[in-house]
Amino acid sequence: MVAGAFDRGIAGAQRDGVARRALSVATVVAIVAACAIPLWGSPYQVFQMTLVVIDAIALLGLNLLTGYGGQISLGHGAFFGVGAYTTAVLIHSWNVPYLLTLPCAGLVCLALGFVFGLPAVRLDGLHLALATFALGVVLPQVLKYKGIEAWTGGVQGISLEKPAVPFGLPLSPDQWLYCVALAVAAGLFALARNVMRGATGRVIVGVRDSPVAASSVGIDTALTKAATFGVSAMLTGIAGALSALVVQFVGPDSFTIFLSISLLVGIVVGGLASISGAVFGALFIQFVPNLADDVSKAAPSAVYGVVLIVSVYLMPYGVSGLLRKAKARAFAWIDARHSRSVTSQPTKPTKQGS
Amino acid sequence: MMLAPSPSTSQTVSRSVLLACGALLGFVAVGCKHGDSSEKPGDKAAAAAPAEIKIGQTMPYSGPASAYGTIGKVEAAYFQKVNKEGGVNGHSINLVSVDDGYNPAKAIEQVRKLVEQDQVSFIFQSLGTPSNVAIQPYLNTNKVPQLFVATGATRWNDPEHFPWTIGFNPSYELEGSTYGRYIATHQPGAKIAVLYQNDDYGKDLLKGLKAGLGDQAKSVIAEATYEVSDPTVDSQVATLKASGADTFVNVTTPKFAAQAIRKAYDIGWKPKQYLSSVSGSVGSVLTPAGLEKAVGINTVGYFKDPTDKQWDDDPAMKEWRAFMKESLPELSTSDQNNTYGYIAAQTMIQVLKQCGDDLSRANVMKQAASLKGFAPPLLLPGIALDTGPNDFSLFERLLLVRFNGTTFVPVADAAVVSK
Repeated sequence: MVAGAFDRGIAGAQRDGVARRALSVATVVAIVAACAIPLWGSPYQVFQMTLVVIDAIALLGLNLLTGYGGQISLGHGAFFGVGAYTTAVLIHSWNVPYLLTLPCAGLVCLALGFVFGLPAVRLDGLHLALATFALGVVLPQVLKYKGIEAWTGGVQGISLEKPAVPFGLPLSPDQWLYCVALAVAAGLFALARNVMRGATGRVIVGVRDSPVAASSVGIDTALTKAATFGVSAMLTGIAGALSALVVQFVGPDSFTIFLSISLLVGIVVGGLASISGAVFGALFIQFVPNLADDVSKAAPSAVYGVVLIVSVYLMPYGVSGLLRKAKARAFAWIDARHSRSVTSQPTKPTKQGS
Repeated sequence: MMLAPSPSTSQTVSRSVLLACGALLGFVAVGCKHGDSSEKPGDKAAAAAPAEIKIGQTMPYSGPASAYGTIGKVEAAYFQKVNKEGGVNGHSINLVSVDDGYNPAKAIEQVRKLVEQDQVSFIFQSLGTPSNVAIQPYLNTNKVPQLFVATGATRWNDPEHFPWTIGFNPSYELEGSTYGRYIATHQPGAKIAVLYQNDDYGKDLLKGLKAGLGDQAKSVIAEATYEVSDPTVDSQVATLKASGADTFVNVTTPKFAAQAIRKAYDIGWKPKQYLSSVSGSVGSVLTPAGLEKAVGINTVGYFKDPTDKQWDDDPAMKEWRAFMKESLPELSTSDQNNTYGYIAAQTMIQVLKQCGDDLSRANVMKQAASLKGFAPPLLLPGIALDTGPNDFSLFERLLLVRFNGTTFVPVADAAVVSK
């Protein structure tokens, strides 16, 4: 197979073919392996990996807006919180089946994001950042508001029961929730990837790179921005909804402005405008604070800050940017090797590419 | 802001996904390895009566409440001191204290790590009402003791529904009712204005105040709230003054307490004042407010204030200062939190002493609920800790004390209030 691809003799096609084949194999292996964690990991590790998956979904949403759309949001923690509260309130006050609350949370955040996006898109860069910052700051206070305390539980928050495992599957509740989160993440990642590869993705990027050019070819830039904002909020809201199920508790203090900021940090460190960046960002925001705490009880924030500065300095395009660069070099090296081996032994190509 | 180049071809996206999968795969391998080594459920560690007693704790070492993180440091240092002196019944103590940034979601994650991965026997003095509310169901479901919760919410005293949770601080309701009863007896016909923080702390204390006032609860004629994030409480104090109240119950945290005391004085309002014990500190509240503005303020106390000069020659205070100097020279000896942590740690040691060699979770919980007249020397004279199987509240009574311009002295005519 590999030999056949090389025989065509066009470097790009070879690379493409090899990458695609390697991709499908690696994807299958990765999915199987990822699904297998619950079977071997301790309950805590399952729980922690579930949080990583959830963070990855939230970052996917933010990346759509910030990475591809070029709009900075300092308030995505608010959508995360609204999603979480939607799920918690629906389950707690109205006994809605928990899986049904996920699309509900998504729709609520979609609407909220779109409505907030309409006026907000008239603001550029820093001003939009400030407007969204206000959103992030306001949410915890709104959640404490007396008028809605009957549903939100006020400062006490809401504790939830852990969902039961359906169909008598031989899984613990933690493992089941992990599978749910993974399935939702797989769906949303596939969706985001396909959307960003298609015409819609080009429109979003086009509006980011040159709003004037975009509008001159008939694109409604305001609508595009507001829609991007809405979809971004929806993804983050769904992540919040999942987190309510997994953490089994929502409270105003869970969704402070720091959450919004760490989401933004996650996406910049993970890699803006890349689908995989969300996964790396999620790993960063899940593990680096714990690491910082292990290093120093006296000043965990200082350690976190140092790690952050170092990562931004060494990886200006995030982890996925760094990997993209490394990969480009690797492919260049393979091409070089190949062209050498083609000239010396045309009938026996090497296999490094697979 | 600089943005990464967007992927121009599907190929680049595919590669990114490939790499993401690869990274995930690598992580899976690491994760599985860890999983194999720590599969045993936490209870085995506790039941096997180890030479080491492993205790878990979450503290806000970072975030908005990081000033309280000092409590965890004092407790860890005290346990080390006990270890150096031979431990408790031969067992050494290992306190695993981790950061939750005052975020309930993080607290759950950390507590699960402590219980399932670090296999701690129980949780001790986790701080903050929201964090403890969040971890309470998990710990009770898994029968892991949640000992001496470092907040004063009333809900920790609920053995029927949460038999594995026990609080430490005197409940805010007990404190409120102490003021209520005193006002009802000694100031009949008072017109009371209340300023309180809009959360459990403020609401519990107000509830206790009204319960203590009994049939005089109507004498609360004005209530104002503030949020922790507010810059000042000046306008609230002005509103309360305008209500014509002659008694001011000030249920605030230190920063706001100092503001309220100063503002009331500056606008010429001279009511009888009751200040929540949370802010009953000479050094951190009354001094910044202005000592002359604070004369006559009442509060309740249960332990000795390190900034109060009347305890300078007290043996317990001297012992604590020596400990601080020896073990934690970088921490302040005028911070009440450091005294508080010392007392909580001593209480923990007492429970472990009572446990003997049976360090099972059930017995630790049982002994925590069997404290009989235990009086750490830093508590105010006349105050002792008592618990029972149906009574998870440590404090039976509080002392009403009044500021005389330099220190808080017990109020002579105050009847001690039982819970």
